[in-house]
Amino acid sequence: MDIIIDKLSKAYGSQQVLQDFSAVIPLGKTTGIMAPSGYGKTTLLRILMGLEQLDGGTVQGLEGLRQSAVFQEDRLCENLSAAANIRLVCPRKSPREIMEALAALELAGCAHQPARELSGGMRRRVALLRALMADYDILYLDEPFKGLDVETKAEVIAYTRKHIDGKTVLLVTHDLEEAQALGAHQILELRDH
Amino acid sequence: MSSITAAKGSGQIPTPIKFWAVVVWLAVWQAVSMALGQEILLVSPVSVVIRTGKLALEAEFWQTILFSFSRIAGGFFLAAILGTIMAALAAGFRRVEELLAPLVLTIKSIPVASFIILVLIWVSSRNLSMLISFLMVFPVIYTNVLSGICNTDPQLLEMAQVFELPASRRIRYIYVSQVLPYFRAACSLALGLCWKAGVAAEVIGIPDGSMGEKLYSAKIYLDTPDLFAWTLVIVLVSLAFERLFLALLDRIVARLERM
Repeated sequence: MDIIIDKLSKAYGSQQVLQDFSAVIPLGKTTGIMAPSGYGKTTLLRILMGLEQLDGGTVQGLEGLRQSAVFQEDRLCENLSAAANIRLVCPRKSPREIMEALAALELAGCAHQPARELSGGMRRRVALLRALMADYDILYLDEPFKGLDVETKAEVIAYTRKHIDGKTVLLVTHDLEEAQALGAHQILELRDH
Repeated sequence: MSSITAAKGSGQIPTPIKFWAVVVWLAVWQAVSMALGQEILLVSPVSVVIRTGKLALEAEFWQTILFSFSRIAGGFFLAAILGTIMAALAAGFRRVEELLAPLVLTIKSIPVASFIILVLIWVSSRNLSMLISFLMVFPVIYTNVLSGICNTDPQLLEMAQVFELPASRRIRYIYVSQVLPYFRAACSLALGLCWKAGVAAEVIGIPDGSMGEKLYSAKIYLDTPDLFAWTLVIVLVSLAFERLFLALLDRIVARLERM
């Protein structure tokens, strides 16, 4: 069964962020969500993740799905090392698996450094690895490659693509090429209301 | 009594104590003492050190320290544990917070001398300092740990919710590191408070074999060298306890956070 969003509405006070938004998100595929800033992309993800209450409409098909996410912010535990941040959400992964993943994104050298000592790009990659290595049925990616330089971004996108194949992914991005590079099956565009 | 929160970001860092400044003040003390020429009015620092050294050679000296230390530190540990548990409960259940608010405010507002006299009616003077130490420490720990829990980064809590982290992991890796600065700052303040209040309680209650009793005796017999010597001992013991406890706390947390 697909995930069906029907006439979803959300307002913050007098500001209407989403108005009667409907979409069908196919399972096992990547769906891109695009819109200018302030059009409710993150709000939509937050509603789907269960972090916000919706004002109207329904969402079906999310029940029982295990979630994983790269938030707009890195949301790392500052005192924990890069490896420990990953292990925090996926304790069943062996240290070796985690080290291999970190090495794949050129983070092996800082695996044991506390997150607070990592650069912005390193932190972003750790946040992404954490999301990719978790056991999940649906993955939310909110501008996951923000802050990465062009070269690193290409490597990280390739790595991500390899690991999300056949998974349900919702990608919020401003960059159509990014969505295409991740093999987006469809692009949902949020409109002005 | 005051409550504090962990310093975050801005704020002036206090200047560390410089050795030369200590030497200057000791020299001033020595000079004034020599100028007065009466040790009963102001004993010299040299005499204090000599007297402390002599006291340290007596077995009774160590028994006295042990007596006061066990009670004051006992009261501190009890309050630290209970304050943390109650703060966790208050953070989880609004009714608990509402129930405890008047109690904590009352304990904070009542002068320590009133408490000491009141408590002397209830318990024997031997355990007075433990209860007073507990009463001084509990509100500080409770208030600060509760602040720490309430100020835990909501973004990390959302992350934990999305990844469905079990409660044990949330507590160990999110709450502990977020609340620790508050708990540590509270302990640092409370450790000073509990020694001052605990010894004051002993001076009023005069339990046999306590540091407070020694101070009281020094006052009665106008034994100024003893008064200063015991004061020095109290300061040293409380400082050593504070340093040791905070160092131990840091090590425990570092071990907890290691995965």
